[in-house]
Amino acid sequence: MSDQKPVEIIDSPVYMNYSFAAGRATSNFLRSIKEGKLVGQRSSITGKVIVPPRGSDAETGTPTFEEVELPDTATVIMFTVVYIPIPNSKVQPPFIVANLVLDNSDQTFIHLVSGCKNEDVKIGTRVKAVWRDKSEWGYSFNNIEYFQPIAGEAPVDIDALRAKRLKEVEAFKHA
Amino acid sequence: MREVAIIAYHQTPMVRDAGAKNDVELVMEAVHGAKAQVGFKNTDIDFTCSGSCDYLGGAAFAFVGALDALGAVPPISESHVEMDAAWALYEAWLKIQTGHFDTALIYGFGKSSHGPMHEVLALQLDPYYTQPLWPDQISMAGLQARAMMDAGKLTEKQMAEVVVKSRKNAKANPNAQLKGDYTVEQLLAEPTLSSPLRKHDCPPITDGASALIIATREVAEKVLAGTGKRPVYITGIDHRIESHQLGTRDLTSSMSTRIAGEQAGVKKGKVDIAELHAPFSHQEILLKEALGLDDSTVINPSGGPLAGNIFMSAGLDRIGAVATRIMNGEANRGVAHATSGACLQQNLVAVLEGK
Repeated sequence: MSDQKPVEIIDSPVYMNYSFAAGRATSNFLRSIKEGKLVGQRSSITGKVIVPPRGSDAETGTPTFEEVELPDTATVIMFTVVYIPIPNSKVQPPFIVANLVLDNSDQTFIHLVSGCKNEDVKIGTRVKAVWRDKSEWGYSFNNIEYFQPIAGEAPVDIDALRAKRLKEVEAFKHA
Repeated sequence: MREVAIIAYHQTPMVRDAGAKNDVELVMEAVHGAKAQVGFKNTDIDFTCSGSCDYLGGAAFAFVGALDALGAVPPISESHVEMDAAWALYEAWLKIQTGHFDTALIYGFGKSSHGPMHEVLALQLDPYYTQPLWPDQISMAGLQARAMMDAGKLTEKQMAEVVVKSRKNAKANPNAQLKGDYTVEQLLAEPTLSSPLRKHDCPPITDGASALIIATREVAEKVLAGTGKRPVYITGIDHRIESHQLGTRDLTSSMSTRIAGEQAGVKKGKVDIAELHAPFSHQEILLKEALGLDDSTVINPSGGPLAGNIFMSAGLDRIGAVATRIMNGEANRGVAHATSGACLQQNLVAVLEGK
């Protein structure tokens, strides 16, 4: 018996259909981005603006309600140059994946930075969203194809940016 | 052993479909409700433990996503069980026994409306022989009810009586999903789903979340002083599991429940109330026998899981339901039971007392 080959594969397909609930805040964000607008939510406890919003301020674990429309300009907080292709994507390596913070907001998110020489991207580089054609807009953050450095704007000091934001959000803190 | 007491419990309404609300929004409601009862801030909670099932929502690491509801800044000491949150309570109770922690927050959540609940549960079965046949949980429970009837331990009338009582009791429970006045005759006229089970013999599909806070005697007495509520001590807790293979088990009795009940000390005193995690009507009869409870004990005064079944939290809800009544002085000593797996495979029993 010991010379018998082990059974290594059995077929046991599993299919499950789910209807997903994004949640109140994420639904609002997706509805807005379908119209080309970026809408975050402000925490009434910390005053910080969260985008994309999740319905809660993860820092305090409290619900967020106040909607805040934001510009589509941002600052590069961190980035990496990627040499591995994205499956089924037109984006060719090497490309830049960056952690960005939208102006007037306080939580970073990940997106692509392109439309420039990769070597020109620095921490603190100012960028603006490059939207896909309106006909392609759906309920997706992908309506923004990538962020592109803003010609003529010098990189900012991100520590100074953070300090400035923290001072600004003070005014919105829960009394 | 350190004395550990339940000091707060909050449950969201149990509904068939919570609509656009996601897990985080449900958990926030439950956790904030429990914390508000005792005026706790995050700094008052030493340890947090949750119970949920990622297959339910079809999202990997949904339980990590739920942390957005807690405010884990600065970082908190946290753990999760892919089991009913009653087992999260067991882990938290053990953590307090180690002496490292004095308080713990436990929560469970389930948004079952996302997916095919009964098929999801087939995935917990043995993957070679059983799961590929896709026996849904109702069929599995049907096998058990049939076996009990065949052994002379159950009649369809008894099953209907359990449902009538559940829905009647649930009328006083504002969170209950199914409630009302029915008669045995009415219920027995309904068609069967998986014989001998009728739809009303099965748990409803429920969206919701619940949270509970436990603390040492010192903390509990201080926090509840002057509130008119009393700490509810966990004087015994034990859990036992049986084989994964249905064929090796006697489905007409629950040896794991019996042993857990003995170890937890159910019979050391009068049992005023018992909340039994019997998702199917016949299982209430089986569990009552396994725990040795008689008619002097009020069973499932909240309506039990037949009146609302937050999958992955329905066991914790049994503990919460008993605790609430003892806390308010409506009962002195009660038993809470939680189950997990097909046909009552794993069972936890807790004895709760007001002192």
